[in-house]
Amino acid sequence: MNLFRQLTEKPWEAAHGPDGVLARPRRFDVPAATVALRVFLCVVTVLFSLMLVAYAERMLYEDWRPTPRQWLLWFNTSFLVFSSIALQWASVSLRRGRVSDARDGLVLAGIFSVAFLLGQLWAWRQLSAMILFDITNPAIAFFFMITALHGLHLLGGLVAWGRTTVEVWREPLPERAALHVRLCATYWHFLLGLWLVLFTLLFSGNDNLTWLLVICGLR
Amino acid sequence: MADVTEDAIDDVIDDAVPPAEVPDVELPHAHSWITKYVFCQDAKVIAVQYSMTAMAIGLVALVLSWLMRLQLGFPDSLSVINAEQYYQYITMHGMIMVIYLLTALFLGGFGNYLIPLMVGARDMVFPWVNMLSYWVYLLAVLILVASFFVPGGATGAGWTLYPPQAILSGTPGSGWGIILMLVSLIVFIIGFTMGGLNYVVTVLQARARGMTLMRMPLTIWGIFTASVLALLAFPALFVGAVMMLFDHLLGTSFFMPAIVNMGQQLSHDGGSPILFQHLFWFFGHPEVYIVALPAFGIVSDLIATHARRNIFGYRMMVWAIVIIGGLSFIVWAHHMYVSGMDPAFGFFFAVTTLIIAVPTALKVYNWVLTLWRGDIHFTVPMLFALGFIVTFVNGGMTGLFLGNAVVDVPLSDTMFVVAHFHMVMGVAPILVIFGAIYHWYPKITGRMLNNALGKFHFWVTFVGSYAIFLPLHYLGLMGVPRRYFEIGDMSVVPPSAATLNEVVSIIAFVVGFAQMVFLFNLVWSLRKGEPAGSNPWRATTLEWQTPQTPPGHGNWGKELPVVHRWAYDYSVPGAAEDYLPQNLPPSRVRAAAE
Amino acid sequence: MSGASRWVFGGGLALSGLAGLYLASRSGEGTLYWTGLVLFGASVFLIFNLIGGAFDKAEGRPPESYRLVGYALVAVAVGTVVFHVLSPWWWAPIASNWHYIDITIDLTFWITGVAFVIILGFMAYCVFRFRHREGRRAEYEPESTKLEGILTVVTALAVAAMLAPGLFFWNQFIDVPEDAVEVEVVGQQWSWSYRLPGADGRLGTADTRRISPDNPLGLNPDDPDGQDDIIINGGPLHLQVDTPVKMLLRSVDVLHNFYVPEFRAKMDMVPGMVTQLWFTPTRTGTFQALCAELCGTYHAYMRGEVVVQEEGDYQAWLDDQRTFARLAAAEAP
Repeated sequence: MNLFRQLTEKPWEAAHGPDGVLARPRRFDVPAATVALRVFLCVVTVLFSLMLVAYAERMLYEDWRPTPRQWLLWFNTSFLVFSSIALQWASVSLRRGRVSDARDGLVLAGIFSVAFLLGQLWAWRQLSAMILFDITNPAIAFFFMITALHGLHLLGGLVAWGRTTVEVWREPLPERAALHVRLCATYWHFLLGLWLVLFTLLFSGNDNLTWLLVICGLR
Repeated sequence: MADVTEDAIDDVIDDAVPPAEVPDVELPHAHSWITKYVFCQDAKVIAVQYSMTAMAIGLVALVLSWLMRLQLGFPDSLSVINAEQYYQYITMHGMIMVIYLLTALFLGGFGNYLIPLMVGARDMVFPWVNMLSYWVYLLAVLILVASFFVPGGATGAGWTLYPPQAILSGTPGSGWGIILMLVSLIVFIIGFTMGGLNYVVTVLQARARGMTLMRMPLTIWGIFTASVLALLAFPALFVGAVMMLFDHLLGTSFFMPAIVNMGQQLSHDGGSPILFQHLFWFFGHPEVYIVALPAFGIVSDLIATHARRNIFGYRMMVWAIVIIGGLSFIVWAHHMYVSGMDPAFGFFFAVTTLIIAVPTALKVYNWVLTLWRGDIHFTVPMLFALGFIVTFVNGGMTGLFLGNAVVDVPLSDTMFVVAHFHMVMGVAPILVIFGAIYHWYPKITGRMLNNALGKFHFWVTFVGSYAIFLPLHYLGLMGVPRRYFEIGDMSVVPPSAATLNEVVSIIAFVVGFAQMVFLFNLVWSLRKGEPAGSNPWRATTLEWQTPQTPPGHGNWGKELPVVHRWAYDYSVPGAAEDYLPQNLPPSRVRAAAE
Repeated sequence: MSGASRWVFGGGLALSGLAGLYLASRSGEGTLYWTGLVLFGASVFLIFNLIGGAFDKAEGRPPESYRLVGYALVAVAVGTVVFHVLSPWWWAPIASNWHYIDITIDLTFWITGVAFVIILGFMAYCVFRFRHREGRRAEYEPESTKLEGILTVVTALAVAAMLAPGLFFWNQFIDVPEDAVEVEVVGQQWSWSYRLPGADGRLGTADTRRISPDNPLGLNPDDPDGQDDIIINGGPLHLQVDTPVKMLLRSVDVLHNFYVPEFRAKMDMVPGMVTQLWFTPTRTGTFQALCAELCGTYHAYMRGEVVVQEEGDYQAWLDDQRTFARLAAAEAP
């Protein structure tokens, strides 16, 4: 049923549908946890979009200096990609009943995620050791802030991942476990997509956001 | 005989219900005193916890306002605070009232209590997260309170926390005070997000059978839309708070340009103070509606119930709530006409701001039209609802001044603004909160609040707060800026303004005293109030149809309710009673009518 | 209300009435005198009501609180209008070209005032006419698309009537005339400084990073435009009447806002950027400048002065002022 029709019906009249059956409330045809995760992803999207907009706004100033290039970030990106793939594998395996594959996938995902976080920390150290380093440079400040918030979101995800892994190890309820692994996978894909956007636009060293601004006619 | 059979068939068809779409849930039942009253996962207990915390911190803000009114009314004789304290109190008063009282009470308090009951659910969909949300909120409140006691005291940057002055030494509390303020806000936002997800998902996924979107009471529509707004708007404050913390602690320059502070060149360079203002108001304007929309919804239900009439133009009311919610995201810069941003934006934001007046005005008309041809009972909740309409209309009207860019130029940053927002988002929502407490207290406790004390509370609060804030507009018209420790010697202000301030201060104390009477009433009626029964107002909505009063854990006993009609079947022609509960099967309505 | 609580309440009222009389008699005049009288009057009124209520109850009549509600609504509507009309607190006579702003405010007062009175009056009517009486029932009418449509159109028209002049004059407000004289105002905690362009009519460049005790406004010493700039540190700013002024606003530390109530115009001063506003002073006199954006502990004391003069007086004042070059020479012996 489309939303528009739902919101224009006259509730005082439409007590019954044409087939004489009481009007049915329409909900999304997925578990509540999935809806909650999607709503939460919207919130996170708004959060990072605002930072992206702030970044772009600051970039329009004349004194803009780009972030120094860091090769390490390419490795970190690949770690995140691997962990996302591993989780997807775990999710698909569990749905097909291959529990041991699912366990392997979960552990791999965890290892790669931790590797990503350590890599990010390493990137911070590397950056602050550079000669170019200057904390009043907004590009560097944004780098720290955005990677920190992205990392915290991944850390929060790791808590859920930990609980899910324990569940898969000993839970006799496959349906619940499968749902939880699927939600973890969704979250990881989202964080990967988010990171890819941030990385390509802001941190891959070319200031690709500039092109976006040029296209929008702002620069 | 033929008639009877037909009726019987009608009854079967009418009462037919679709199969359960959501499996009934297993609730985490409490096993000890601690899990029943402290770490409780029952939304109703969490609601009471939220409300009591919010009211407690609100009392702190009330006392702060008294101290400020002493200073403003009697700067020479009765002043007990200095300028630094004045700015600290003005900041904390504003922040507490807007965020820690109004937002928490409407969404955390009323949201938790009413959403599961009114949509016919057993509880929120994630009870554990819901409990966590309260404890994180409490942590945020404690951090906020702690900031009064750190070296330098609480921040005095104004509730808008504008940098650079928020973190520079010319402002009180620019050290620990502002850090704790920002941390408290960040914690609050994290806690709210947990709660907000619950409110939204519960409304979307856990409604009882038959409860279509357009059968929901407007209270739920208001709280639901406000929760969505809050989820999408708070990230802006979150980003702003994190960036300001970075500026303060790490020396970054997000909001800090090159600055000479007290003769010293600071190391910051190139930041933009206006960027913070954009982030703040991208949150701050929806925040107004986060407070207003639940008030709109609740007051609609109060008026309909106590005027015994269906809310007039229900569909328009729902659409208006949604439209206002949507528009509230594209009006934020009307707080910034004289902030130094590109003035060309003024055209766009003036237009969107005044457009929002149209759906808002329609809501007012529909409330008044609900009274029209109604059967008005002058109960205490109804009195508060009427008081809300008056103060809201008054405050909304002055909004038309401030939203119109060129009119805002002389009036912005003056006492006119202070009077405007106190009327429209201070007094008006608070009156709704009081009305709502008088209305739902019988359900929460099983006893009525004392009527005489309630009427006394209403008259003093309504007349008093109107008399406080109406004259303040005129100080602003003269040009008295807001956030002035004292008016002092100002050439545009006649001496009589001092008398005006004295009178306002005296009334403020009287109104504050009336709130003590209210608190006394809350406690006294808990034991001595008249027993209420399950549905003292003869209302239609589901929360009044619970098998127990107060409702037990799980709300509905063995079977979830089934909804047969919308929430506003009052005074239906032909029915025996002047109200038809939402879960009353049509066959029984017909039987009663015959 | 029970008998006992009636006595307690009545006794309290009697006490508060006596306290009011005492207050009024002791203070003789001023706010406390009036407060005492109001307290006394209100107590007497409430006591009479209490007695009336007791009689009603004794005779079995239902209490008639609807009257109080209806009268209160009328009183709020009438009282607000009367307060507005009789208020001695009103804006100072205008001293700039922004009459249009005052006109738009007046127009908005008219439109919103009429709407306010109509809405409250209609509420009062409903309260009297549709109060609960035994055996009455409300009318069942879910909605009226026609009525809602009409109200939407009327509201939209009223809003447009306020918005149209608002946007028109906003356009004038942000559109600075070519011949406006530039004046720079610099805010710092908690005082104002001013800079006039000097003989060449151009302000030199300036930068917060150049500020030092010798160069309080951070002027660029190598900029030829800046050499003849006139710097006023601490004293009042003088302006020439009937000459459009374009104010360039700067701050060296936090947000400030340069606000002269008689000029109606105001604009924030933001560190790191230059904001602007323009107006034409239309009458001579001395006006107070206030800071209208919270700028720290002494925000309320950050006052300045603007003197508007005829051309001759203005020139005489201008000739007395010192330029940046002369100040620099004086500092570097």
